[in-house]
Amino acid sequence: MAAPIDAVGAKSSSTNILIRRIISYTVLTIFAFLALFPFLLLIIQMTRSSVEINQGFKPFPGGSFGANFKTVMNNNNWRMLKALRNSFIVSGLTAALSTYFSALTAYAIHVYDFKLRKFLFTFILMIMMVPAQVSALGFVRLVNDMGLQNSYIPLIVPAIAAPATFFFMKQYMESSLPLDIVEAARIDGCGEFRTFNSLVTPILKPAIAVQAIFTFVSSWNNFFIPALILDDPNKRTLPIVIQIIRSQDLASLDLGAVYVAIGISIVPVAIVYLILSKFIIRGIALGAVKG
Amino acid sequence: MRRKSISYAKWGYIFVIPFFAVFIVFSLIPLVSTFKNSFYENYLVNGYRQVGPNWVGFENYAELFKSETNLIKYFGNTLVIWLLGFIPQLFFSLLFASWFTDLRLKLKTGAYKIIFYLPNVIMAAAMGMLFFTLFSQSGPINSLYKSITGSTEPFMFFDHIWSQRGIIALINFLMWFGNTTIMLMAAINGIDPSLYESAQIDGANPSQTFWKITIPLIRPILLYVLITSLIGGLQMYDVPQIVSNGGEAVNRTSMTVVVYLNKHLYSKNYGMAGALSVILFVVAALLSLLIFYLTTEKDTKKKKKKGGRK
Repeated sequence: MAAPIDAVGAKSSSTNILIRRIISYTVLTIFAFLALFPFLLLIIQMTRSSVEINQGFKPFPGGSFGANFKTVMNNNNWRMLKALRNSFIVSGLTAALSTYFSALTAYAIHVYDFKLRKFLFTFILMIMMVPAQVSALGFVRLVNDMGLQNSYIPLIVPAIAAPATFFFMKQYMESSLPLDIVEAARIDGCGEFRTFNSLVTPILKPAIAVQAIFTFVSSWNNFFIPALILDDPNKRTLPIVIQIIRSQDLASLDLGAVYVAIGISIVPVAIVYLILSKFIIRGIALGAVKG
Repeated sequence: MRRKSISYAKWGYIFVIPFFAVFIVFSLIPLVSTFKNSFYENYLVNGYRQVGPNWVGFENYAELFKSETNLIKYFGNTLVIWLLGFIPQLFFSLLFASWFTDLRLKLKTGAYKIIFYLPNVIMAAAMGMLFFTLFSQSGPINSLYKSITGSTEPFMFFDHIWSQRGIIALINFLMWFGNTTIMLMAAINGIDPSLYESAQIDGANPSQTFWKITIPLIRPILLYVLITSLIGGLQMYDVPQIVSNGGEAVNRTSMTVVVYLNKHLYSKNYGMAGALSVILFVVAALLSLLIFYLTTEKDTKKKKKKGGRK
């Protein structure tokens, strides 16, 4: 808001502001605590044995993390290590394909003047709002017809057409990709495809990084479609394993191991987020302007 | 747009091929096939005997709206759980966004923004599972409950309608209030600072500037947030699916529309799943049109303003 320009009544307004600052910091700190509290409980419970957990909650860590971790890894019903690996493969490839081809598409619409350009741009904006669940039925039947159940192709390849990523790239190009660069490359005899790969992608690096993070995270968390396509225990991704744990009777399970299994799905992403947070927060604000 | 056009049109077409080829194969064809399926009877009896596909016209739709199907109830559940999370989300996001952007308060906001956004990147299914274990019979929340109330019996959060719905809404709230705060901050930062300066000179207090300047000027973004959140709420799946174990818990009072859709997909009742998808599609399309209508209205207003100033 505006810069302070109180000349008159400066004293009364400064105590006023002090009170308002104290109130706002208090409320904000309560909410920060609320946002972190579930994860704090998770980390404490991950280190306690099932017996300790059943005896009631104690607000300090125990020494059973290693044992719980071993129990998770040895649980042949969950196959957590495989799920972790599968999630990495699917999310990594999804992020790579999605950002590269969305950038390529945005580049085509940004740089080249062709007849369908305007139409295609409007079309992509229109399909941005269609929820994925709406075509899930047709998608699952198509995958079955193609014999691609338990394959990662139907989870990875569709990411090539990512309208939201496309839109972000297009916005970014408008502000930071001057067409003169493309023309200069052309004069130097650089081919169109090579111009994109070796000249344009380095300029787009910040946008590609932000979108790669977002796509990775949303693929990592994706539950609805993978659960309909993957049923081979060796092919499952993490959210499906979470569903399998949930469908078992909690009382019959080793609770320390349950918490560690949840932690494996949460903690790596949380750590990566905290490391890259400044970058990510800036990215959301960039995305917000589009609205 | 003023730009030098380069006549390399062929390359434009070549570069958009992958995007549109994939879109047609994996989105458009499935969408058409979903619509087609909605007019056929096609399901399994006892999990193995195939019935159909037989053309039945609008019978699947009629079936969905029969009272014993309870689809209206599931739409109601979805709406109630969404509102339960969204009302506090909008309230606190507005409050925090106005604090964060208040230059007189000079708050250090970096760490708060990072913490508030954290739950949004966490896997929703894992969040659901985490809250399920935390609020379970032997979970830490029940330890806390017992020590506060002195009760020896745990409170069964997942055996009561409103505690179960409340927990799902709480997860939605925690996951989205940071995102909304940052969106609204960006909107408030876009407001011309001279408006606040002149308001201050005129002696307006903080609540007056908030209600008379901030709210009217960010109204388009507020509407955008409202409708995108409603579309998101309509698709609510991961959290209720995990928390209420496929929607069955407490007499299906936390069964959302997409959890119900998933039930039909899973049991391979393609006719019903198709009809339900089409209904979802229509509702989402209407809401998107509403956004389109509201944002274009905003643009014409802007143009008028600019014209007026000049």
